[in-house]
Amino acid sequence: MKDTPRGRERLTPRDALLFTVAFLVPPRFTPDRVRRDRRYRKLDQRRFIAWFLALPLLVYAVFVVSPFLQAFFYSLTDWTGYSATYTFTGLENYQRMLEDDKFWESLVNSLLLLVIAPLVTLSLGLFLAYMLNVGGRRGGATGGVAGARFYKVVYFFPQVLSIAVISIIWARIYSPTGLLNEGLGAVGLGSLEREDWLGGDVAVWCVLAVLCWAFVGFYVVLFSAAMSSVPGEIYEAALLDGAGRSVTFFRITLPLTWDTVRTGWIYMGIQALDSFALVDVMVPEHGMDVLPSYLFEKAFRDAQAGYATAIGVALFLVTLVFALLMMLVGRRERIEL
Amino acid sequence: MRSGPFLNRRALIRGSAAAGLLAVPAMGALTSCASGGGSGDDGGAERGETSADNPFGVSADADLEVVIFDGGFGDQYAVDAEALYQQRFGTVDHTKTQEIQSLLQPRMVQGDPPDVIDNSGAQAMDIAALIRNEQVHDLTELLDAPSLDDPNVTVRDTLMPGTVEMGQFGSEAVYRLNYALHVYGQWYSRTALERLGAEYPRTWDEMLTLCEAARREGIAGWTYPGVYPYYFNFTLYPFIGKIGGIEVLQALDNLEPNAWRHDAVRTAFEAYYELTARGYVLRGSPGMTHEESQTEWTEGRALFIPNGSWVENEAAATTPEDFDMAVGPPTGLDSSDAMPFGTLWASPGEPFFVPAAADNVPGGLEFLRIMLGRESARNFTELVSSLTVVRGATEGMSLPPGLTSASEILDAAGDNLVSSRLPDWYRQLNNEEIGGAVAAMMAGEIEPDEAIDRCQRAADATAQDDSIQKFQHT
Repeated sequence: MKDTPRGRERLTPRDALLFTVAFLVPPRFTPDRVRRDRRYRKLDQRRFIAWFLALPLLVYAVFVVSPFLQAFFYSLTDWTGYSATYTFTGLENYQRMLEDDKFWESLVNSLLLLVIAPLVTLSLGLFLAYMLNVGGRRGGATGGVAGARFYKVVYFFPQVLSIAVISIIWARIYSPTGLLNEGLGAVGLGSLEREDWLGGDVAVWCVLAVLCWAFVGFYVVLFSAAMSSVPGEIYEAALLDGAGRSVTFFRITLPLTWDTVRTGWIYMGIQALDSFALVDVMVPEHGMDVLPSYLFEKAFRDAQAGYATAIGVALFLVTLVFALLMMLVGRRERIEL
Repeated sequence: MRSGPFLNRRALIRGSAAAGLLAVPAMGALTSCASGGGSGDDGGAERGETSADNPFGVSADADLEVVIFDGGFGDQYAVDAEALYQQRFGTVDHTKTQEIQSLLQPRMVQGDPPDVIDNSGAQAMDIAALIRNEQVHDLTELLDAPSLDDPNVTVRDTLMPGTVEMGQFGSEAVYRLNYALHVYGQWYSRTALERLGAEYPRTWDEMLTLCEAARREGIAGWTYPGVYPYYFNFTLYPFIGKIGGIEVLQALDNLEPNAWRHDAVRTAFEAYYELTARGYVLRGSPGMTHEESQTEWTEGRALFIPNGSWVENEAAATTPEDFDMAVGPPTGLDSSDAMPFGTLWASPGEPFFVPAAADNVPGGLEFLRIMLGRESARNFTELVSSLTVVRGATEGMSLPPGLTSASEILDAAGDNLVSSRLPDWYRQLNNEEIGGAVAAMMAGEIEPDEAIDRCQRAADATAQDDSIQKFQHT
């Protein structure tokens, strides 16, 4: 092993220059002085990594990192978004945000979706995936309920539709003469009919329902894949020990698919935080907002790009905190199969 | 001893993560480029000789770039006007789009805009912000130039009243030219009214009587697009103006304290609430889009709809042959109203402007002068069934029934025209707050008092919000 005590002698300035040059030029031009140095191997490794990743990193930097950093900067200005001029206003946008009722309303809506949408969608997804894969009890062995393959396709169907199509279809369903009202009337629940599902107080629940409907199929498929990697013997053993469906689910299936569930939770949370297209298409202008739709209005309707980026930064922080929380809370001992 | 590959996976991942972190600070250099560019050449520098038929001095070979909003009006009228430009000057580069903002915002930022922009549609650019940034050319020289058809009459004198004002944003400068003249009011079917044996209602009592008669026939009095409750602007604002006089509307526009608590506003809100309270509004209206409510209306399930003169074109597909579409001025309260029956809100829409940084500013002005000529104006009315701001351009033309009715009530109104600037000065206030309050009131969720409170609170909030530019009637 090379782990001799690391009593590195310091590089002279000339050597440091040589090392820098060696890092930047192709390997064949590496100066002999560097090539013979003990530290060359490390440099060679790093050079390999850096060169290999230079192009993707550049693309990533230009199109992802730089807009992020720019957003932080513009959130401190009064930029309108229409011209190249703006003035620096410090934290004024953030102060305004704290006093902006509309901002808080949209934040509350966003958080509501963030908490409830993953809860509902993932629970449904887990339940359905479980029934499709393990829930059936045929002749003592575990397997899906009858028609599992057909159901899988049906559940996945909304995922094939673009979110814009989903929004328009559901806007029709919620319209006063739409399927929902007619359906309620047909089953004798006419008293629950509303003239205005999307413009009033229940709008956020309507959006939530569509969000869950649209994504549950994806999680059924995702969790099905995770569950199919759980060896059948474990289930058989549990079955022999007399475990019922719910015990099997909570003692075996859930722990063994926990990693997938956690990833799905984060992903669904971010979908719920977005939900821009749904709100923008379905909900009238005077109705509810979520953070992204409020941001959009400020940036592109009211020509307040500076304030909008400040909202964007707030959204970024919410997303970050959510992801970190999920990483920490969901951390468990990994079970190797 | 190194038995594994030259570089194992773990080292690669660690290394790339480190490189990613390094890239972040390195990007500091890039951070100021979204708003970069905009060298700001002032455009329109080269003006040729001016003459009587070339008042802005367009060079003979100057090319022109025109961007037209491709909405309900299409773009053929502009293509035809461009042909007239091309006869005398250079070629025209014509673009049509429904997405004005996504197409043009980057070019405005770069300082490389087209020469004429039809800034219309849901994706229009915020003109007030552009004006604040001095990105819009002042059209005063266009207004003072001789008109295309008669050199002795200025362009200004060929325009309908209100056109110039709609281009002003708190100063004398005129930044945009709204081309299509919309007549707002209570749209109805003459046939439907005849079937009920009724005259068009002139007072609110007559309105309520008529609605009651309609209800006995199973027809609703009113419908409206609850998804866009600001359609109520079209009848509610002139109603307020008729009851209390034009100053009341101006006070609302100026965001004056307690402007919404004026008696005229309260009376108007209470009158409208009466429609809901007595069940004269078509069920389901609070959740309808403009198309849904218009269809209910053309299919005869409601008598009146607050709307503008584009509705005839928009609802053409569902309008029965014998519908005989017409528009009436807003029904008044009673004889004590400040303004006579016939008082009307007619206001030009479809705003055109010439960017200050355009390459061919004189060409842009000349194009607008051509559009304001009789030939182009008549062509526009012919093609898209809408009036224009050109005075008397439709003389002798045969128009569809709705448009005929619109131009009749416009003539009858004479000088009794009112207008509101809330929709274009304070769009959020108008569409979301006032629209939301009126929507809630018309859905029966809140009473007029609370609706007025909400409007006043929202107006006060707008007045105090430094981030919103304020305007005043001059």
